[in-house]
Amino acid sequence: MAVYILKRVGLALITLWILSMIIFWVGQQLPGDPGRTILGNLATPAGVAALDHKLGVDRSIVTQYRDWVTNLAHGDMGTSYSYQAPIRPFITTALVNSLKLALVAFLICVPLAIASGVIAALKSGQWIDRSISVFGLSLLGLPEFVSGVFLIMIFGIWLNVLPVGATPPAGAGPLTQVYHLILPAIAIACVLFGYIMRMARAGTIEALNSDYTRTAVLKGLPTRTVVWRHVLRNALLPTITVVATQIGYLIGGLLVVEYLFHYNGIGSLTFKAAQAKDFPLLEATVLTIGVVYLVATLIADITYTLLNPRLRIGGDR
Amino acid sequence: MTAVVDDAPGSGSVDSGAAQVRREQWRELRKSKTFLVGATILVFWIVCAVIGYRVVPHTPFEQDLLHTNASPSTQHWFGTDQIGRDVFARVITGVRVVLVVAFLATVLGTVLGTVLGLITGYMRGWVDETISRFVDALLALPLVITAVVVIAALGPSNVTVTVCIGVIFAPLIARTVRTAVIQERELDYVTAARLRNERGPYIMLFELLPNVLSPVMVEFTVRLGYAVFTVATLSFLGFGIPPPTPDWGDDIADNISVVTAGYWWEVLFAAGAIASLVIAVNLVADAIEKVTDE
Repeated sequence: MAVYILKRVGLALITLWILSMIIFWVGQQLPGDPGRTILGNLATPAGVAALDHKLGVDRSIVTQYRDWVTNLAHGDMGTSYSYQAPIRPFITTALVNSLKLALVAFLICVPLAIASGVIAALKSGQWIDRSISVFGLSLLGLPEFVSGVFLIMIFGIWLNVLPVGATPPAGAGPLTQVYHLILPAIAIACVLFGYIMRMARAGTIEALNSDYTRTAVLKGLPTRTVVWRHVLRNALLPTITVVATQIGYLIGGLLVVEYLFHYNGIGSLTFKAAQAKDFPLLEATVLTIGVVYLVATLIADITYTLLNPRLRIGGDR
Repeated sequence: MTAVVDDAPGSGSVDSGAAQVRREQWRELRKSKTFLVGATILVFWIVCAVIGYRVVPHTPFEQDLLHTNASPSTQHWFGTDQIGRDVFARVITGVRVVLVVAFLATVLGTVLGTVLGLITGYMRGWVDETISRFVDALLALPLVITAVVVIAALGPSNVTVTVCIGVIFAPLIARTVRTAVIQERELDYVTAARLRNERGPYIMLFELLPNVLSPVMVEFTVRLGYAVFTVATLSFLGFGIPPPTPDWGDDIADNISVVTAGYWWEVLFAAGAIASLVIAVNLVADAIEKVTDE
């Protein structure tokens, strides 16, 4: 078991290392000279060259990469070109904000999605199953900004019951914060709902058709006991893993939703950095997203293995 | 495709069986309600993409500056936008860019992914390991984030968006193909081919590929839906197709600020159009997946 976990962690570290190289290399491909970006069009070439030298961007890419990684290891994410300030505080604030949004989205989405999936499976083939399935499938394909636009129109403008901006007034309490996050959270939750619902449905149907369920029914156990004890326990295990692996999609959705609802999170920070061609900031945000994803998948993988002894012995993973 | 394979010695009987299965699946598909609804909407949008520019009553670029922000009327069915352009014309013609870019990106991704999947699945060993690590690294980032970073580096254009989405799809599709190939390569017909001294590339293309086409086709339709999703999202973020080409995502981003003033038609119809297109593609993909599963 310990060997398996160590192997997973090792693989995640290798993946992270490759990812950092890819990100750094792409960052270097951004057009425009950093010195020129900071100083503007009116600066003299000598001034630009001097600043480039001070920033160290005139050195070889290998040296720059080594320095970048060394600094990262010491917790120094560098200095943003567009804000002219250390990057770390920006990342911390944005990450905390995004986590709040993601948490509200999960709390809205996961229980609803699992319940719908299980109900659809129990009523498999009936009209309620078909409507839930088609509804989930439709949500699955809807880009977050489209569902966001619909939500803004319905709840923000026509019914006028929820705020259309995600950022609460300064000094707002936790309840007001959550109130402002409801619309963007639903927009994010829509796509997730589709995935999780389908997984829960598929898992439940598989468990319903299994030998152990048949045995339980033949033993004469009441339906309720069979469903709770035998079906759901086995059906929800894969669903939980899917919830964790969906964190990648969730972060992708964050970028769009945070932009649409004017929310200062890791997604909108990435977007601003890309627009401003601020590559130290862009590298930092993208790497942060990568780390969050890898950690989440790692935890999901290990939890799943711990809960499911059948998978502990290697396999093709 | 089948004709080529039928000529290959030893695999003839297997493949005519596969052709039979495919005909059977097609018959099954035509009976599926999900497929019919999805396909009807999809065909509608394809027709719009082809002849849209010729049938709309106003051109999507014409600015009626005396009637800006006009609400829907007999003159302008879906109203006009902030600079007096006909929203109906822009919605109908806006599908062309999305559909063409999404389709080409998916084709590119499927071809690259299938090649990659065949190689990694058939070769195994260090080639497989190395490529898999790179794929893992790329998949650690959500598609939209990767696309935004790459497009920020290269500048937005139809070609950049297409290539970018295609290249990111490749590893995803490669994974599915690789799994299918790993199952197939242990079968007798591959061993037989190897004993006949057929070379690696020949085995991959003419023995393995025809037998993994089903998962490839499912992947293609599923990815197509996701490509539409991504293209629309990128253009909404301003990283897509440069204006003034009519484009749903871009039009929504331009007009979302005036929705609070009550000009809902400038956004609602484009949003509805995107929704109907992605849902249609997903319905078709879902139906195909179900049929090939059975």
